[in-house]
Amino acid sequence: MAFAAFATTEAQPQTARRKSPIALFLLLPGILYLVLFFLTPLISLILTSLQAPSEFGDIGVYDYAFNWQNYVAVIESYWPHILRSFGYALLATVFALLFSYPIAYFIGVKARRRPLLQSLLLVLVIAPFFISFLLRTLAWKQILSDESLIITSLKALSLLAPDAYFAGTPFAVVFGLTYNFIPFMTLPLYTALERLDTRYLEAGSDLYANSFTVFRKVTIPLSMPGIVAGTLLTFIPAAGDYINASRDFLGGPDTQMMGNVIEANFLVLLNYPAAAALSIVLMAAILVLVGIYVKRSGTEDLL
Amino acid sequence: MSIREFAESGADLELVGIQKRFPGFTAIEELDLTIPAGSFFALLGPSGCGKTTTLRLVAGLEEPTAGRILIGGKDVTDTKAHQRPVNTVFQSYALFPHMSIIDNVAFGLKRRRIGDAESKAHEALKLVELDHLAQRRPAQLSGGQQQRVALARAIVNRPALLLLDEPLGALDLKLRRQMQLELKTIQEEVGLTFLHVTHDQEEAMTMADTVAVMNKGAIEQMGAPEELYELPRTAFVANFLGKSNLFTGDVVGTTDTAMTVDAAGHRITIATARAQRHQGLVTVGVRPEKVTLHAEQPDEVAGRNLLGPGRVIDVSFAGVSTEYIVAVPGVATISVFAQNMSFGPVAHEGSEVWLSWDVEHGFGLSDEPDESSRFPADADTQSIAVQRREALLTELEGS
Repeated sequence: MAFAAFATTEAQPQTARRKSPIALFLLLPGILYLVLFFLTPLISLILTSLQAPSEFGDIGVYDYAFNWQNYVAVIESYWPHILRSFGYALLATVFALLFSYPIAYFIGVKARRRPLLQSLLLVLVIAPFFISFLLRTLAWKQILSDESLIITSLKALSLLAPDAYFAGTPFAVVFGLTYNFIPFMTLPLYTALERLDTRYLEAGSDLYANSFTVFRKVTIPLSMPGIVAGTLLTFIPAAGDYINASRDFLGGPDTQMMGNVIEANFLVLLNYPAAAALSIVLMAAILVLVGIYVKRSGTEDLL
Repeated sequence: MSIREFAESGADLELVGIQKRFPGFTAIEELDLTIPAGSFFALLGPSGCGKTTTLRLVAGLEEPTAGRILIGGKDVTDTKAHQRPVNTVFQSYALFPHMSIIDNVAFGLKRRRIGDAESKAHEALKLVELDHLAQRRPAQLSGGQQQRVALARAIVNRPALLLLDEPLGALDLKLRRQMQLELKTIQEEVGLTFLHVTHDQEEAMTMADTVAVMNKGAIEQMGAPEELYELPRTAFVANFLGKSNLFTGDVVGTTDTAMTVDAAGHRITIATARAQRHQGLVTVGVRPEKVTLHAEQPDEVAGRNLLGPGRVIDVSFAGVSTEYIVAVPGVATISVFAQNMSFGPVAHEGSEVWLSWDVEHGFGLSDEPDESSRFPADADTQSIAVQRREALLTELEGS
């Protein structure tokens, strides 16, 4: 020990990483997969989005072109849906975060010394996945429908106005989105909070921070990687979701999101270029929003 | 005293009848302790003796099962950690990884809304010679640097009571000395009260005005370092604070000045005033450096104990001194530290030697010698490992 006292404390320069052909070889299946199932459809999607209706063809027949007006057209006619999509997704993400954080904190921090309780609670978080997403959403449709036991009881107890309804409202859609994506929020939050070293919290309270300040200044920043991962895992699929907002499930005519108009254009109107253009718009918008978000949250060095 | 202002001076700490039980085991049996304002107090003990728990109780990170904690005469038992005029230098440093060094150091000042937090933090960093790293993150610093930042982060708040949990453990020898000196200087300048928890007896003895040796949740002995070293009262203290040669036997004669013990046929005399008990089976001892090694049988001299012949079974050269382990048949294995006045050891393995020491240098212990008169050191790595394992097991069972 004593001899080490005089050694320099400077960090050793990292040895340059050797490039090995084996690494490349092992990456090959992944690269092939991505080229085949991601890059090809993406290019095909971009090409489709620029197609023009065939001059002599039937409905649903298009020719390759550079018809960029498709984009202008879809944005012009569907901008309310675009805004609504991101609005609903944002609301669902915020609610999911508000509900998930306490759950994840309890499982990851409070239940840390009780492994059995911890596993049980985690199973409860994941349990909904054992039932199909569609079935669960249909179940909520039943629960929120006008004649359901809960709604009628609430009305009978005067906790709800007699003419109140939930089915087909934006509330029902945001509720469904929140409900369906809560596990995607809870799990990354849990992994981040599970690793949270409570000694930092103690240090915070030792340095005159009350529990709220410790939470704000220490717990939240340290769980930021989980918050970012959870919000991304919720926001991205929620923005493109078309089940919850669909008229067959929790939505109504006024709650259509981008997913629904893409579906309608593709399957009903057979307007493939419009559907493709909308998809690209959705993708680009998400990319930009997520990029700004990740940059702003300043978690690059924590991730 | 408001936590919005700096402490003008240290506050005294009083622990009254403190008891701390965790599910399954008791960390602190019954602790009464008064630390006067402005003193440098060390709690010394092996891992698992309850010293860190004591510190956490004072900091407010744990609640005592029973008893009161008073800081500066004010009962703080029921207040939260953030309301106490106390700061801790954590053993794990606990520097916030998401903040720069300067933000870490200024954290406490900002919470207390003390003006000019940044420049005060810079001053504290200058004190530990790390101001040039103020913008870095803790992960970019070495262990020793992190420890100094932890120290700066606590000292910058000028708490009435500073708690140090093994604060110098990760420093190398040179820095350790430097920081010890620095801590002493800060303590004397500002007159803060320091409560220092450590298992390093040398550190405790060099830095503290008062040392309390803790074992199994209770204080074994408390006093000035010299007093503890020269006159240990229990076998635990005798062995934990340096080394001791201990002999157990019946008291065969007591006068006003001297007490003689019969240890397996050998008579060992100590000063009566330096013995805790004067009847029955007692344990007496002497420090290894007080024992003189003789190559030939010396004459019996009044006022000196003579033991031998014995055989040297081990010689270890340590530069300044050499340690000889001498087996005296029927009595014990005795350790002798001899200054290296000439070149090389004066006795070799296997050679026959006699041992002598001044009667005035012996000490008599107060504990009842149990069946094993050899006291196993409670602080060797193996027993620490066993203790840790037991503590972990009880912790797991308890949860």
